[in-house]
Formats: sequence, structure tokens, C-alpha cells
Amino acid sequence: MSSASNASDRLWMYATMVKSRYFEALIKPAYFEGKSPVFNMAKGPLPGEMHLSDGQEPCAVGVCAHLRPGDTVTATHRPHHVAIAKGVDLDAMAAEIFGKASGLSGGRGGHMHLFDARVNFACSGIIAQGLGPAVGAALASKLRGDDGVAVAFLGEGAANQGAFHEALNLASVWKVPAVFVIEDNAYGISVAKRDCTAVERNADRAAAYAMPGHFVPGNDADAVHAVAGEAIARARRGEGPTLIEIETCRLEGHFMGDAEGYRPEGEVERLKARDPIPAYRARLLADGFEAADLDRAEADARAAVDAAFAAARAAAYPKPEEAFAHVFA
Amino acid sequence: MSSPDTTVDARPARRLTIARAIAEAIGQEMERDPDVLVMGEDIAKLGGVFGTTTGLLDRFGPERVRDTPISETAFIGAAVGLAASGMRPVVELMFVDFFGVCMDAIYNLAAKQSYFSGGQVTCPMVLMTSVGGGYGDAGQHSQTLYATFGHLPGLKVVIPSNAHDAKGLMLAAIRDPNPVVFMYHKALQGMGWLGTVQRSITDAPEGDYVVPLGKAKCVREGEDITLVGLGLTVHQSLDAAAQLAEDGISAEVIDLISIAPLDRETVRASVRKTGRLIVVDDDYLSYGVGAEIIASVCEAGIALRAPPQRIAFPDIPVPFTPVMEHFLLPSADKVTIAARQMMEVSSR
Ligand SMILES: Cc1ncc(C[n+]2csc(CCOP(=O)(O)OP(=O)(O)O)c2C)c(N)n1
Ligand SMILES: [Mg+2]
Repeated sequence: MSSASNASDRLWMYATMVKSRYFEALIKPAYFEGKSPVFNMAKGPLPGEMHLSDGQEPCAVGVCAHLRPGDTVTATHRPHHVAIAKGVDLDAMAAEIFGKASGLSGGRGGHMHLFDARVNFACSGIIAQGLGPAVGAALASKLRGDDGVAVAFLGEGAANQGAFHEALNLASVWKVPAVFVIEDNAYGISVAKRDCTAVERNADRAAAYAMPGHFVPGNDADAVHAVAGEAIARARRGEGPTLIEIETCRLEGHFMGDAEGYRPEGEVERLKARDPIPAYRARLLADGFEAADLDRAEADARAAVDAAFAAARAAAYPKPEEAFAHVFA
Repeated sequence: MSSPDTTVDARPARRLTIARAIAEAIGQEMERDPDVLVMGEDIAKLGGVFGTTTGLLDRFGPERVRDTPISETAFIGAAVGLAASGMRPVVELMFVDFFGVCMDAIYNLAAKQSYFSGGQVTCPMVLMTSVGGGYGDAGQHSQTLYATFGHLPGLKVVIPSNAHDAKGLMLAAIRDPNPVVFMYHKALQGMGWLGTVQRSITDAPEGDYVVPLGKAKCVREGEDITLVGLGLTVHQSLDAAAQLAEDGISAEVIDLISIAPLDRETVRASVRKTGRLIVVDDDYLSYGVGAEIIASVCEAGIALRAPPQRIAFPDIPVPFTPVMEHFLLPSADKVTIAARQMMEVSSR
């Protein structure tokens, strides 16, 4: 698989996965500030729900490695890894999550509503809401005659939502340059995929909408990179949409504070033993990458995140009255 | 706060959260009536994200306690079909904000079954959901949307302010032959991971009792001013009433409990006495509960000593950052200040 991706993409994917994981690593202690000894979601510098993406980084980097700033990405309630891979402004993203005036939307959106129009990124807390907008963005590219594509990320749980089926059909009927990427982490909150999904493989559902469907096993950035590269190139060539289903895993709870009683004994430990990031580092080293280069890329990624968090913490909160701005354009 | 307990035996008082009260009511009704079943996202194994179905899977098994796919249009539509077939589904969709994806099944289907069929078909179902913000969950997880549902003919809409009422209302809702939207406020729910207004945790009889749908309750008597609330804002009104009492202002507090049907008479009776009215509502201001209450009072020709007021969430999406959200949400202090001003204006 290693030959499928070029060296600079592979280094970027590694560094970006590290960046995303480190971003979540800094979120964790910050989230629990003010929430102990008694956990209360309302308290601390990061109130509300917090959905971490630990374990799912290969999906984001393998796809976004092929995207340009002008391409559109819609993501979900679990957006950090995708946002970082799409090139969302890291400082403004961190500031938004801390609810600061310098945040992407001045503190109005928070972690589930990250918007960066500079790189055409948006996400939402409503399951499968991003699929329609991706079809629209893809149609806009088609009508304008540019070679932009739109990618909608969704969870495997979202593939049971009506909007998923409607959007895939529409994308196919209109033959738009859209790619639908299912991150199958096996759960929608507590409900296991096998208990709520009629098909074994969501990729098979592509057949119902006359588009190619690919299943990518192994939570492997190189494998995702290869399949997504072909789907995105196909879309840019005007040959229509593709559905990609990626086997991945969620190493943390659905949200922070989730007791995860629905998981079988030992599952998290087993998943952590197959953490895709150290595995990818080992693969790169085996393929001849220099440890020093990987270390440097890691250090740079961490430094960028450290700087973003430091700036976000130091930044000012917005004035309360600013809440009234932007209700209408 | 809760209705006087009519049982005479010296039963030790319980401290029940709204979450436990709801789960207890559903469980008791499932024992009594084999046609009752529960379904929704994360309601079986997890027992509901907000604890409303805790323990039911173990007691009643997966046939009657069903986790659903994230397919709201399908399972809420299915609930209507179950109801038309003589079953009594209790369906949960965890946040009221999510109803957008399946609104048709609610307002065009469930709500109109009885009417369109000329009464041949009934729709005895309960649709329960959490409402409310104040904990930084942003604009797709913090709305209340009371008025949106209260506006739609054919739906009953209730919202308990305490565990006693929650249990009795749930029993009444399951037995009602109509679709009942049962809203529970996250700030009152008693979840381990979210703060809870302690006054919502109450005693409740262990056995069977109903709190009637469509009846408001006076939860604090007063002479000078009427404060009307629902769910969380009942508690804000009670806290304000306590502060006002220190200033010598006697506030009466009405807990609406139900917004459809709306018990206009209970509110009117209070305002006839006090001549002053503030409605406290954490839904969006315009076209809301406050407007409906004030109109009901005005239409009855009740003489007011001061212009009536609404305290509600302004007409903007709920922002994430706490500095904005708390600035916009109603609070006991806002009620107290408004009531004091109203007293000053009207005594002059
Ligand atoms: C329309 C709608 N229904 C329900 C929810 C509640 N909810 C939030 S996340 C989630 C599970 C999503 O599962 P999946 O799509 O697999 O994404 P994951 O959380 O695994 O990333 C659910 C049911 C919602 N946000 N929107
Ligand atoms: Mg999932």
C-alpha cells in the first residue's frame, strides 16, 4: 500500500494525525477544569458536549490530503480531526472552542459548529445534516465549470438517516462531484452498528444509488489515501459521486464523561493496542523515513497546537451584546 | 411544590429526580398495560441519554424496549402506526432540537390522525424529549421550542417542573388517546453530569396517580404580582418570589405544566387578583408562550395595574459561549428586577 501515496503526502498525513491527536490531548484536561470534584457539563472553560476524534484521524488525513482550500468539506458533531486536516485556522478553531471573541465565529458556534469559509469547512450537530449542503456545493462547482469537489463526512450511524439516502440519490441523479465518507467507528452513542443497520457494509448501499462504493478496512491512512484519491479524481473529472466507508475506531467515549458501559469488556484496550498513529509511524520508519524527520514534523505539529491553545486561553471573551450580531446577514 | 400527597400512611419520603420519576412511570404502565412499549435512540442498553428509561430493558426485554437506528422519520412514523394498531408507544428523541428531521411525522401525521379520520383512528403515543440550555451546548442542543409545538393543533404538550408532576404526567400521557409531546428540562433532570435545580427533586407516591394534562397549578400564593413559568422558569419565578418577599412584595407563581391545552383560567384567576403579570419563558420571545398568556388575560378584559411583561430568550439562535448565553437566558434576578420595576410603575 505504501507506494500508493507519495512521500510528502505521507509525511503530511503523519504530522496532521499527530496534530489532531495532540489537539484532543490538550482538550481533555481543559475540559475537566472546573468540572471536578463534581462533574458538571455546564462548568469550566469548555462547557457543553465534547466529542473527541481520537482513533479516527486516518479518515480525515487520507481524504483531505487530496483536497484544496476551494474544495468543500462538511463534517459532523465530531469534527476536530477533519477540520484540522482541511486546514481550518487552528488558532481561530481553538479560540472558538473556548468561546472567545477571536474564535471562528466569535464564540457563537462552539465545538459542534466550526465554520471556516476560507477553506470551505462547516460542521453541524444534527446527524446527516451536512450531506445536502455537500451536494449543493458540488453542484455549484459543476455549474461553474471549475473542478472543485465537495466531501461530506458522516458516521456509520448517520447512514440510517433519511438525509443520507436522499442526498446520495440526488448526487447521483445530478452526477455532481461529491464524495461521501462514512467513518465507521462501530457505534452511534451506545448503539452498536450491527444492532441498527440492515447491511453488513454501508459501502454496499452505493449500489442503490448507482455510484461506486468502496470499503476501506484497517483504519489505515495509506489505504484511505489511495481510495479517496481515486474517488476525488473521478469527481474532478466530472464522472460523479462516490461512497467510501472506512473502518475506524473511537478510542474515547461518545462524548467526554461517557461511562461507556455499552462497550464489551476490554474493547478500548484492544483498540488502543492498534492505535493507528504509532502503527503509521512504524510503517513510515520501515519504509525508510528518517526518525529525525518524523520527530521534527511531530514537534512542529505540537508547537502549532500549543500556540493555538495558549492564544485561545489568553484571548478575550466577546461582549455579551455581540450575541445580537449576525442573526441576519 | 408538589401536590399534597393524599395517601395517609406514614410512607418515608423519597427523593426522586425527574429522570427517575419518568422511568418509574413508564415501567409501572408497562407492567399494567401490555400494549405499552418504548423506543428511541439509546433508550435500551443506555437507559436513555437523560435517564428516562433506566432499567426498562432488563425488566421488559428488547421486544418492548427498542433501540432504534438514527432514523427518526421512520420510527416516529412507526409509532403512529403502532398507535393506530392499538399499541401505546412511548418514543424518545433525545433533544427537541432534532425534531426538524422528522417534523412531518409529528405535525402532519400524528397530530392529524384523529381529525382526518373523523375520530376513527386515534394516536395514543408519547413523544418525550429534552429541552433547554444554559450549559454551553450551543444552538442545536439548547432550544426549548415550546411554542413551536404548542402552536400545532392535535398535539398535547406538557413540561413538568418537578419529579412528582413528571411521574403523574407521564402516566396521564401514556393513557391519553392523543399524541402527547412530553418535554423535560435538562436543568431539572437530575443527571449526574449536569447540574440540577434541587427543588425539582421531590417526593412522589410509589403507586399509581395521574397529574391531569392541561391543568396549571398555583405553586406559591401571593397578592401583588403573578409570575407565570413552565419547567425551569417555574423555579426561577419561585426564587424571584422569595427575593421579592424580602422587599415586601407578594408574588404568586403559576406553573403552567401544560401549554396545550393551556389552562387559561388558572392564570386569569391569579391576574384578576394581582393585576400584574410577568411571564417567564426560556423559549424564543416572539409568538411564544408569553404572548399567548398575555393575550389570554387581555382578551378576558382583566384590568391590569401595569403593562404585562415577557421575559424570554431573545429572537436569536442560542450562542455557545457562556458569556453570551447567560446574558440572554431568563434568570431569577431578571424576574426580580422586572417585578420590582413593575411594582414601582404601578404604585405611582
Ligand atoms: C437528527 C439527530 N438525531 C439524533 C442525534 C443525537 N446523536 C448525536 S451523535 C449520535 C450518534 C451518531 O453516530 P454516528 O453517526 O455513527 O457518529 P459518531 O458519533 O460515531 O461519530 C446521535 C444519535 C442528533 N444529533 N441528530
Ligand atoms: Mg459511529
